[in-house]
Amino acid sequence: MKVPGDRFDGWTSVAVALTGGYLLLVIWPLVMVLISSFSVDGGMSLAGFEKFFSSRLYYGTLVNSMMVTVCVTALALVVAFPLAYFMTMFRIAGNRTVQMLILASMMSPPFIGAYSWILLLGNNGMITTFFQDLFGFKPPSIYGFVGIVLVLTLQLVPLIFTYLMGAWRTIDVSLLEASESMGITGWKRAVQVISPLLWPTVLAGSLLVFVRAFADFGTPMLIGQGFRTVPVLIYSSFVGEVGTDTSFAAAVAVIVIAVTLSVFLLQRYLASRQKFSMTALRSIEPKRLPGWRGVAAHAYVYGFLTLALAPLIVVVVSSFRNTLYGQFVDGFSLDNYVDSQRDIMRYVGNTFSIGITALVILVVVAVLVAYLTVRRKGVLSSTLDTMTMVPYVVPGLVIGIALVTAFSQKPLLLTGTFTIMVIALTIRRLPYAVRSTTALMYQLNPSIEEAAVSLGASKFRTLMRIIVPALAPGILSGAILSWVTIITELSTTLFLYNTSTQTLSLGIYAEVIRGQLGTAAALSTLLLVLTMLSLFVLMRLPGGQKELRV
Amino acid sequence: MTSIALRALRKEYNGQVAIPNLDLDIADGEFFTLLGPSGCGKTTLLRMIAGFNSIESGTIAFDDVVINDRSPSARNIGMVFQSYALFPQMSAGKNVAFGLQTRNVDRAESARRVAAALEQVHMAHLKDRLPGEMSGGQQQRVALARALVIRPAVLLMDEPLSNLDAKLRVEMRDTIREAQREAGITTVYVTHDQEEAMAVSDRIAVMNLGVVQQVGSPAEIYRNPANRFVAEFIGKTNLIERDLLQRNGASLLELGDGVTIDVGAAIDPAATGKVQVSVRPEAVQVGDGGLSAEVVEETFLGSHSQIRARLRTGETIEFLEFSRRDALWARGEQVSLQLNTDMLTYFDAASGVSIMRGAAK
Ligand SMILES: Nc1ncnc2c1ncn2[C@@H]1O[C@H](COP(=O)(O)OP(=O)(O)OP(=O)(O)O)[C@@H](O)[C@H]1O
Ligand SMILES: [Mg+2]
Repeated sequence: MKVPGDRFDGWTSVAVALTGGYLLLVIWPLVMVLISSFSVDGGMSLAGFEKFFSSRLYYGTLVNSMMVTVCVTALALVVAFPLAYFMTMFRIAGNRTVQMLILASMMSPPFIGAYSWILLLGNNGMITTFFQDLFGFKPPSIYGFVGIVLVLTLQLVPLIFTYLMGAWRTIDVSLLEASESMGITGWKRAVQVISPLLWPTVLAGSLLVFVRAFADFGTPMLIGQGFRTVPVLIYSSFVGEVGTDTSFAAAVAVIVIAVTLSVFLLQRYLASRQKFSMTALRSIEPKRLPGWRGVAAHAYVYGFLTLALAPLIVVVVSSFRNTLYGQFVDGFSLDNYVDSQRDIMRYVGNTFSIGITALVILVVVAVLVAYLTVRRKGVLSSTLDTMTMVPYVVPGLVIGIALVTAFSQKPLLLTGTFTIMVIALTIRRLPYAVRSTTALMYQLNPSIEEAAVSLGASKFRTLMRIIVPALAPGILSGAILSWVTIITELSTTLFLYNTSTQTLSLGIYAEVIRGQLGTAAALSTLLLVLTMLSLFVLMRLPGGQKELRV
Repeated sequence: MTSIALRALRKEYNGQVAIPNLDLDIADGEFFTLLGPSGCGKTTLLRMIAGFNSIESGTIAFDDVVINDRSPSARNIGMVFQSYALFPQMSAGKNVAFGLQTRNVDRAESARRVAAALEQVHMAHLKDRLPGEMSGGQQQRVALARALVIRPAVLLMDEPLSNLDAKLRVEMRDTIREAQREAGITTVYVTHDQEEAMAVSDRIAVMNLGVVQQVGSPAEIYRNPANRFVAEFIGKTNLIERDLLQRNGASLLELGDGVTIDVGAAIDPAATGKVQVSVRPEAVQVGDGGLSAEVVEETFLGSHSQIRARLRTGETIEFLEFSRRDALWARGEQVSLQLNTDMLTYFDAASGVSIMRGAAK
């Protein structure tokens, strides 16, 4: 909306306040990390970077990370494409349930996946012992590269899958019919006609998978053993197994940001070269696939689903097993829950109090930023918009380090407080929340707002009475998705918590590291239940988001 | 009860001039229409009056009070948008009530006025429907009620009917006209549909490229267009160009085939040079002693036919004829066309400006 001369008004103050807050809470801490990476003992130095590139022990982690990330991204695409293809083109029994379960597996925290594959295929895993007892030899090890790739791929296939499903819905069936009339059918059509149309989506989805896989800390930490990736290196050098080296950790963090940022810019560039928009007048109608091909398609879909859900089921079942000194033994009971009920109460309490506070702030800020970028275009708004995107390319662990670096001295001593946890979780989610709210805001006809103003409503009243209620369904489903990612977040808060602010996901991590597998399983089960309940509510929302993006 | 005065208004978009310098007076209670081709600045001007567009220079006054710096919410306007712009989460009734709430009208009074407003647009029965559950025409009725219920000083409408189908447009324009008359609200209406403009307006401003070409009642504009642009934009016309001859103190135009008309009484005595004669279709009829022409095509339209014929000079004349029971004109058939000289208008060929006596400026 244009206002005479774009004069300074309430919205300008909001923009200034948000920009200020963002500079203080995100940009400044990251600049501190940058400075710290270039300095040793107060002097300017490249020692951190030199150290990184001088030893294979260090730069090897970058190679490892790249290997994992490239493999995971490629595999996720290769697995997800047929999955989306079968699900859209053909009638798959239980289609809706399958989609919902795939989504659920995506929303569960990756470190639970890692942990549960250890329970299955680890040194004392269920399948491992089963094999040993039966055949006298062990199945291939789950630790290291293979395990990381397996866990992350299973975790991230659903992500690309949801992206692809969304894009598929925009393909008009007449495009397929046209190609069929030219004699291009089956796989040839999938490759020659459909994939180019999906290309922008594939790019966007791959970027997200890349960034996630590259930045993931929990999985390699739990299942990597000797195979160390960059986030693990950052963690260990910052926490200091052999003495803290903040400057080195900062240097590695800067390298990580450089990598993700380059990939992000490359994606932007590639996407900008291929711009088209589609809306389907008639979207694709799934067909019945007869004979062995139908069986094969079902086998593929359900096969994947089994693999994706296996870890979740294992965790839930394990949580009821008896334990001795943290290790599983024969027999089932509720002991894991009963014995650690005080801890559980604390974790759950923290998860709710911190999570909900972060969520409320997140939604308010996202609405304000989205409003400013969509309706009040200007230098300030676009700066703000760009700034909120920063955490998108900065791994959670690095945000954590940045916050620790910036807020561990007076007068800004915040480490270990409730406040810093809320701040960390909010800024972590903000890029996603802002993006989805901005997309909603763009769909709202600007005339609606002008109509409200012409009827005498103030700008604030228009926002509260008209815009927010009109977008409420979208904002609500976005908020539930944010909630799920907030409660499952691990890496961002890893450096920031203490026992009084420890959440469920941090509790699981701590218990696994301490070898308390039973408690960890019980906590994981609770977290899964909480996640499932949230997703269930999401699915039940009237007009709930059909296309779920995280 | 508000008059609007626009003085030396100028509007630029990023340095691009959309409206260079515009003056207009809109009288109290008038139904005033901005009419012009796409991109001529109608919406721009309307949004300036509403306060949604910035003003580079000039003034807008309601009742002689300059309101340039008043925010849209303080201008007491009612606005009807092309896209209806109903609040999607509110029922029809709540939409209409919204403006009353912002004015702190008490509940009972508000309910009464909402009911009356919906009644006025024949929508009382759909009070509890959400916009998504209404047809376009119904939504536009609610939007109209919403704008009227606050008893605005000025009602602004930007192509409110262009998303509706042809039949509904005719029906709705009557509703709009009726409601406006009843309330007596000064109304500025934007459209690019000249028939619609003719049907509803007290006065019309024809615009082109951000400049007002002519202001007048529908009949004035049609019968006495200020220039060639207006003549061509409003209704259909045939233009034929001839030299103005001065003979024995008389001003004559030789149309051809021995038909010469004396235009001395009609045109400005100072006019000279080439003249364009605007011949409306209804000024032409087939009859003896006129201009010889050859029929090019007859398009049968039911009650009448539209006939295109070529003069011997090569100029094309289109005219209408009531349907006859016998056969249509055949292609190539020779006819003689009589012109009703009372219905002709004349423009200076070079400038396109009307040279009629008492031409509007
Ligand atoms: N926001 C804008 N930014 C830049 N130029 C604009 C903007 N809005 C309108 N214009 C330009 O100003 C001129 C007038 O536009 P306007 O929308 O007022 O036309 P209009 O008469 O309402 O046309 P239509 O009948 O198509 O609605 C056009 O040349 C248009 O391109
Ligand atoms: Mg317009």
